[in-house]
Amino acid sequence: MIQYKFIKRETESLASHFIVPVLSIVLALLFGWIFLWLYGINPAETYLRMWQGAFGSSYAISETLVKAIPLMLLGLGLSMAFRMKLWNIGAEGQLYMGAFAASGIALFYGDLPSLVLLPVMGLAAFVAGGIWGLVPGAMRAYWDVNETITTLMLNYVAISFVESFIFGPWKDPASMGFPLSPRFSPQAYLPSIGDSRVHIGLLVALLVAVLLYFLLNYTKWGYEIKVIGESHASARYTGINVTRNILLVMLISGGIAGLAGMIEVSGITHRLQQGISPGYGFTAIIVAWLARLNPFAIIMVAFLFGALLVGGFGLQIFGLPFSTVQMLEGAVLFFLLGGEIFTKYHLQRSGKEGQ
Amino acid sequence: MTSSLMIEMNGITKVFPGVVANDAISFQVRAGEIHALLGENGAGKSTLMSVLAGLYHPDAGSIKIKGKPVRFRSPRSALAVGVGMIYQHFRLIDNFTVAENIILGASGGDIVLRSKAIEEEAARLSEKYGLEINPQAKVSQLSLGEQQRVEILKMLYRGCDILIMDEPTTVLTPQEVKELFKMMRKMADQGKSIVLITHKLNEVLEVADSVTVLRRGKVVGNARTADLDEKVLTQMMVGKELTPSRREVLERSRELILQLDHLMVLGDQGNVAVKDLNLSLYSGEIIGIAGVAGNGQRELVEAIAGLRSLAGGSIKMDGQEISALSVRERLARGINIVPEDRLGMGLVPNLSVMENAILHNYSKPEYSRGFLLNYKKIRAYTHKLVKDFDVALADINHPINYLSGGNLQKLLLGREISQHPRLLVASYPVRGLDVAATESVFHLLLQERAKGTSILLILEDLEDIFRLADRIAVMYAGTIKAVFDIQQADLETVGLLMLGGGETQL
Repeated sequence: MIQYKFIKRETESLASHFIVPVLSIVLALLFGWIFLWLYGINPAETYLRMWQGAFGSSYAISETLVKAIPLMLLGLGLSMAFRMKLWNIGAEGQLYMGAFAASGIALFYGDLPSLVLLPVMGLAAFVAGGIWGLVPGAMRAYWDVNETITTLMLNYVAISFVESFIFGPWKDPASMGFPLSPRFSPQAYLPSIGDSRVHIGLLVALLVAVLLYFLLNYTKWGYEIKVIGESHASARYTGINVTRNILLVMLISGGIAGLAGMIEVSGITHRLQQGISPGYGFTAIIVAWLARLNPFAIIMVAFLFGALLVGGFGLQIFGLPFSTVQMLEGAVLFFLLGGEIFTKYHLQRSGKEGQ
Repeated sequence: MTSSLMIEMNGITKVFPGVVANDAISFQVRAGEIHALLGENGAGKSTLMSVLAGLYHPDAGSIKIKGKPVRFRSPRSALAVGVGMIYQHFRLIDNFTVAENIILGASGGDIVLRSKAIEEEAARLSEKYGLEINPQAKVSQLSLGEQQRVEILKMLYRGCDILIMDEPTTVLTPQEVKELFKMMRKMADQGKSIVLITHKLNEVLEVADSVTVLRRGKVVGNARTADLDEKVLTQMMVGKELTPSRREVLERSRELILQLDHLMVLGDQGNVAVKDLNLSLYSGEIIGIAGVAGNGQRELVEAIAGLRSLAGGSIKMDGQEISALSVRERLARGINIVPEDRLGMGLVPNLSVMENAILHNYSKPEYSRGFLLNYKKIRAYTHKLVKDFDVALADINHPINYLSGGNLQKLLLGREISQHPRLLVASYPVRGLDVAATESVFHLLLQERAKGTSILLILEDLEDIFRLADRIAVMYAGTIKAVFDIQQADLETVGLLMLGGGETQL
């Protein structure tokens, strides 16, 4: 009888860091292939349509970018928390709170000139999202409450909170009953790039990526984050304040997600409404992981997932439910996490008695 | 009294990479007997018992239980013939009741839990062996002594008649120890065999009927306790062939660096790990702590480092109270620690050699510009550190995990030394190192001593302590039992004291 067993790799090879994510996407697509085939649909045609939907025209590419922008920001924000092994899965809620705060500013101070209004909206969104991250962060730092649960639960609080406003006090009287806030004043619109729907949020996301890369690799604080992320014991041993850093990182992680919320309402919907995010906050978790928390890889992976989303919308036109796309996303994450073991271990064939 | 043999282990050999943990060990235990397995850390006690409990497969040798040859594939198959092990760290579920914990994992095909019947059975067993416990209590409400009783009940419920107890007294209060010994005696009287893994002499003499002594993976003695005293046991355990080489005493005016007064420190489980500990450390000397691991050394080191707060007493450096100071403030005063946990605390796993070299320095003005790190200076510093301390490596940008144990330790020790410490605390700095690496670590420590640094050194091997230390402090049960100048110290007395024997002689 031949057995296989996992042997721990002495070193994680760089190739496996690249191969595993790519392979997991390929496997997910194969898995989806089987699924689509069982569903009675031609998988090749489906994937082709998705490709065309995402990249087939300049409009398609601009749509892909539009979807990728929030994923970029959210992924970047999450990567900070994940680097410290803080499992923030509350980006969705943090995005909603950011959108809410930005909308409040836009609705009540909409007369201000753009140059003042937009930064204030951004700041308000950052603070609101940040608080939404800080609360579970503080519970974790001071009482060791599991942040996975609290961040998850706060998503639903945030979404319901926003809905209570757009169904209630902030509902547009002219909306004929639809749950929408009034349209923002044009000063509160994020400028577009060219005449596409792509807005300067893209530049904001790229800027955040550069800043984050710089922070992690060149600053004292980034160094502290790396140490804490690898070992709390080492951090404590050299006197790094772990508690304060948990608070700060959760604040910033939530804040960046909040900024993504501001960018969505100010750049795309131009009002606060239901469903401003089709689950960006959750997809961004996959984005951050696939990119192995590298800021520039996050930008690229977010673009890929933007494409998957837009390609998926194309599928609905010929009768496939949108959940197909979500299933594919889930499959990618599943294979990715499953493949993780191959970066740390390799298979070895062994005889019957071990050794 | 000739009773049948319950356990017969013959020629058990177990090899781990680089170490022969058990070397052709034979071990017998009779029915109705409490048998102590005595030895220093690393003598091979736990390995041998893990083989008996089915956790490890021996590389050679055979086991007979109650006269029948057995081959265990897993702890479950050992349990099936009545061999149960009670570990130092209890394996109980806090939110379950005693009864629920008892049946957890027990064989039996019932889908429905007959809690009533289980509680009755638990009550019957606890009555029979004097293990007072309320089966309906939640484990989280129980003291450590009571939790241990639950572990024992668990094994009895599964029908074990051979109980292996791994250092069962470590977490107990003296009162609880007494009760435990009473229960053990009661169980033995009813025909159970109990193996007591320990390194405490007084326990052996107090409760065991016979004893097997291990040293460096081999059996060095086997006797009825009635025929023994502490002296003989000590000699068996530490050996007596050692003749410590005495170094010349450095003639210099000694300056008091650190003073520990009536120190009390709690362990992770809220137990008193260090109590009423007094010790003075002077410049230019190495003070060696002789003691079996787990007698409060780790907690003592963490208290000095500022990683663990004091429950009582004081720490004074240069006459000033420092117990309220943070880790960083203590580092600034020149207290540097080489922790026991080399890769995980002392060094940060997965970060590069360079990032590890800078751990204490990254925020100092020499290595940063405002909030930025100055990589040019950091790189130069790392290269110098690697060169000065002869660390063999390919690239300072590689993850620290690429380094061998010896090189890790040289880097760690070198990093701490290059901070110019006034007090250097080194915990097990040569654990797992080969001879050459061990020598270079010792050399570095002696060099540092010559510079006038006060060094607190914790080592596993008594022989090494005798080679290096100027004074030897014997640590047992969280306190310093005695301090000897190296000229006055003799191996036998130190060995006796660190194993809990003898009288305090300060």
